[in-house]
Amino acid sequence: MNKRTIVPIGPYHALQEEPEFFKLHVEGEKVVHLDIELGYNHRGIEKLSESKTFEETIFLVERICGICSTSHPLACVQAVEDAGEIPVPERALFIRSAVGELERIHSHLLWLGLAGHFIGFNTIWMWAWRFREDVLNILELITGNRNHYGMMKPGGVRRDINKTDIPAISKLLDSLQDPIKLFRDAVVQDPLIHARTKGIGILTREKAQDYGALGPTARASGYDIDVRRDHPHAAYPMLDFDVITCEKGDVFDKAVVRILEMFESIRIIQQCLTQLEKSGGPVDSNPKTVPAGEGIGFYEAPRGEVFHYVRSDGSNRPIRHKVRAPSFMNVPTNRETVLGATVADATIILAAVDPCYCCTERMAVAVGHHDGERLLNARDLMRLSCEKTDRLMAETGLRGPSLPDFQRE
Amino acid sequence: MDKFDIITTIQRQLGDRILAVQRKSDQRIYIEITPQSVQEASRLMLDEFAARLQIATGVDTSNGYEVMYHWALDNEGFVITLRVLLDHASAELDSIALMCPAAEWIEREMWELLGIEFNGHPDLRHLLLADDWPEGNYPMRHNHEVTT
Repeated sequence: MNKRTIVPIGPYHALQEEPEFFKLHVEGEKVVHLDIELGYNHRGIEKLSESKTFEETIFLVERICGICSTSHPLACVQAVEDAGEIPVPERALFIRSAVGELERIHSHLLWLGLAGHFIGFNTIWMWAWRFREDVLNILELITGNRNHYGMMKPGGVRRDINKTDIPAISKLLDSLQDPIKLFRDAVVQDPLIHARTKGIGILTREKAQDYGALGPTARASGYDIDVRRDHPHAAYPMLDFDVITCEKGDVFDKAVVRILEMFESIRIIQQCLTQLEKSGGPVDSNPKTVPAGEGIGFYEAPRGEVFHYVRSDGSNRPIRHKVRAPSFMNVPTNRETVLGATVADATIILAAVDPCYCCTERMAVAVGHHDGERLLNARDLMRLSCEKTDRLMAETGLRGPSLPDFQRE
Repeated sequence: MDKFDIITTIQRQLGDRILAVQRKSDQRIYIEITPQSVQEASRLMLDEFAARLQIATGVDTSNGYEVMYHWALDNEGFVITLRVLLDHASAELDSIALMCPAAEWIEREMWELLGIEFNGHPDLRHLLLADDWPEGNYPMRHNHEVTT
């Protein structure tokens, strides 16, 4: 039998926004077992929330994740509204959906850039993040902030979108179509990216359902779920959009789902803007109290359904607040996808569920406890992954995706 | 299958194991069942309705520990919450992790934070808290005292 070695990825690693510890058990090049350890970033938010008022709770959950800083508050206010049967004006619903979709575009561009980086295509990384800036500029225009927008509140939103800003927002959005098309073509048609991502890290539909996988991780496997369509909320029942699915569930399909979703997001936002331009009205029903009761709220965050449960006893604080982020369901699927893979592919497979990035590369060289053997660190894993791309380039003569120069306006 | 049929099916299959049904809205139904019937009810959710376990969570109330399993029926667009009430003195339930892998982490989390024992769980150990977290110290219980 081959000697078994443990390759630690984490707890702090460039692949992960939050600290998580993956222990890859490998025999030679093959991954034979995966241990996942969590808890390095556990902040006791559910407990903390019980000591906050409903208004404060929204700000608290906004800080669960820097990227999903609309998804958590939106799910949370919907849970409070469900518990207290609080009405929301229609204009606020359109603003909620528009901000939520902008968040999806910037999150998917962030993922696309990092995924390119992990397999050695830094051009994709640089360009994807350059166009992510445009999305953040739109968010700043609407909310005043690039991240942590402070938009959601029970009963509506905190800020209206000025009608005078709408043409500029719409123009900026349209200018994103061409770059995203180029990313799509670069990824979908490039044979070298096919070689690195097709048939790698496959999650079958059956396993996706067993693990309760969510978002693009589920949809790439043909598990056709999307709470925007399945459980109508915000403005989605009034909007026309498609839910993108693929069949094979490999890294390639996960990338394709995310890229195509960005077009749908632009479509959704444009419809919201049209409605906001046409109509007026309040954006907040100004609820004064939350009656006793319990409520469930969810939102299709970029990584999948975010779930909040709130129970109120009629006071101004929740007596229980449960939060479930999509990565909680998606990360265990790595136990299926990474088995049998090579160490060089493990990097992109673990990254393919988009396990929330916030990037702290503070991984030291780990030394085996028993034999003093030097184990692989984050840089080694990146090197292995890039070397595989280089090797494929040499073998096939392919050069990888070429992105034409984008001209700044 | 429409919502009415689903509720009728659940009532027929679970019979007297159902203690209360509350239709909160068109999208939300809360069904209280006996603690002994959690596995049977979960099997019904999975096999009959292809439901998706969104999350299960517990609340420490004055009457006991309330555990809720939130099942999403994505095709029908509503959520069925199965609720069980456990006595403070007997905080244990049968695990559903073997029939539903999604529940494995969910039960581990509830075990370490609220102290609910899950009989038959394949790997009941700390998930979020440190491995050397003191035994019997459950942060989500109301009698939990914060020590520094």
